[in-house]
Amino acid sequence: MVEVEGLCHWYGAGEMRRQVLQQVSLTIQPGEVVLLTGPSGCGKTTLLTLVGALRQVQQGQVRVLGQHLNDSSRKQRQQLRRRIGMIFQGHNLLRCLSAEQNVQMGSDLLPNLSYRARRDQAREWLRAVGLGDHLDKLPHGLSGGQKQRVAIARALAAHPRLLLADEPTAALDKQSGREVVDLLKRLAREQHCAVLMVTHDPRILDVADRLVQMEDGRLMAIG
Amino acid sequence: MRAWPGLAAIWNRRRIPLAWLLLTRQPARLAVALAGISFAGILMFMQFGFRDGLFDASVTVHKLFDADLVLLSPRSSSSVSMAGFPRRRLVQTLADPDVAGITPVHWNLVIWRNPKDLSTRSILALGFEPGDPLLTVPGLTAKARVLNQRGRVLFDELSRPEFGPVAEWFRAGRTVESEIGGKRVRVGGLVALGVSFGADGNILTSSETYLQLLPNTPPGSIEVGLIRLRPGADPALVMKRLKDSLPKDVNVFTKQGFMDFEKDYWRNSTAIGFIFTLGAAMGFIVGCVIVYQILYSDVSDHLPEYATLMAMGYRLSTLLGVVAREGLLLALLGYLPAYAAGQGLYALVRSATRLPVYMDMPRAVLVFSLILVMCMGSAGMAMRRLGDADPAEIF
Repeated sequence: MVEVEGLCHWYGAGEMRRQVLQQVSLTIQPGEVVLLTGPSGCGKTTLLTLVGALRQVQQGQVRVLGQHLNDSSRKQRQQLRRRIGMIFQGHNLLRCLSAEQNVQMGSDLLPNLSYRARRDQAREWLRAVGLGDHLDKLPHGLSGGQKQRVAIARALAAHPRLLLADEPTAALDKQSGREVVDLLKRLAREQHCAVLMVTHDPRILDVADRLVQMEDGRLMAIG
Repeated sequence: MRAWPGLAAIWNRRRIPLAWLLLTRQPARLAVALAGISFAGILMFMQFGFRDGLFDASVTVHKLFDADLVLLSPRSSSSVSMAGFPRRRLVQTLADPDVAGITPVHWNLVIWRNPKDLSTRSILALGFEPGDPLLTVPGLTAKARVLNQRGRVLFDELSRPEFGPVAEWFRAGRTVESEIGGKRVRVGGLVALGVSFGADGNILTSSETYLQLLPNTPPGSIEVGLIRLRPGADPALVMKRLKDSLPKDVNVFTKQGFMDFEKDYWRNSTAIGFIFTLGAAMGFIVGCVIVYQILYSDVSDHLPEYATLMAMGYRLSTLLGVVAREGLLLALLGYLPAYAAGQGLYALVRSATRLPVYMDMPRAVLVFSLILVMCMGSAGMAMRRLGDADPAEIF
């Protein structure tokens, strides 16, 4: 599913060049839920963006969903991203779209489906995250937890094989954070979708199949 | 839908109308954008309208001539400075097998005295043989019979009001008399021609009366020669034949060429074209600035959302398409009110100035094209901002 081998990454150039990832190796099996924790600035998010094909790999091997990301073109990465679901720290919903339309932006990425089929799927996903009554609401009319659930529905609507989440509970209180993570795990299980989640929220560590600790650009303990 | 499988497929492939929603979910910004585009459009409509209207107005009378070809003296430069040429040149054209008929016309500005307040003003006088066809105005031949009496004129009821209440008085049954160059004339009827650039009003007289009013006209000299061709004859071909056969003391024009000659005079000898084109350019630039400002801030405000879409796997070209569609929608939505307001303002201009300003197809298309260029150009500039959307930065 995901194979990372000897990955190194630098930011900046010249004197300012700074290494953020050092010889990182990580494997994620299909359907596995992996939590990545560590102090801020240790390179967790950088690793996530490299696995998510949002950044060009500098050194080391990265294979995601069977595709090598070394020397990948912009086009290849864009194509690959269609098969990766992403959930952000902020919900990053489109403010001008209703909940249903936001989710359909996800299912619109699926080829060969009629508009009606894609819309029905979007509605189905919203029901699955418990927002069947809020289809036509705009994001500013939803609570933080509801927005994050819409974001989950949107990420899953494109049928991803891999779900990347960057601190999805950061902006949520304890209870709704818990609900969101449980929902994420349950739906990912149903879809046989692997999850790589960056978090430093200690309250949700128990959802992980595997816990990976990161410090100063290195993977430390594997629990 | 079954009859249109292609359409149905496209309809099925459609996506969330993102451009439309981006625009309409921010009604205040949309209103500002549309107001700006409409304003630019109205400005362009007015400037082009005035310009074309003024040029069209210079040929109000030219348009009405019943002629396929026109002879002028080479010394004539416009309707306000007509020179004479020998009438026999016009008669010579009858030798051409395609020439069906001719009308010699006298043409000059004369001083008309307002019969009410006795002020004077120059008016265009056309002199012709009352039996000859002159203008394509219905009923003129019947009205022209009165001109066989000496000292009678037909007065153009569309002349500017400064010439006096001639038409009202005449309709009320009064005998309307005035003076032209110190000689007494009587209005024998009314015609409707229209004012032009060079003439605020028009009168028609017989050649005999004309020569009486302007006794300095050399004998046998006319200012305009109208030539009518047989049906099916090619005016351009006959014009070329006449040019070759006639001496160089006359110029031959087609009717269209005669009108263009007059328009060109006003276009080249006055700053009208420049002034109004400049005005339209100002409108265009103002519109560009407004649309660019709106689209640029729209893209900037939504940059994280565009980056999110790129992270989801949307192509950059798809997102560029969204901005382009926003530009297209703005152009369409902004053009409609500009068109409607243009119609209304043209009607206002017509009634206030009697200029022939109409919403014609070429101008409607021209202004729409300019608005389209304005919106799409601004969208293109705003798109550069999309290059700043880096999906890696949103985590």
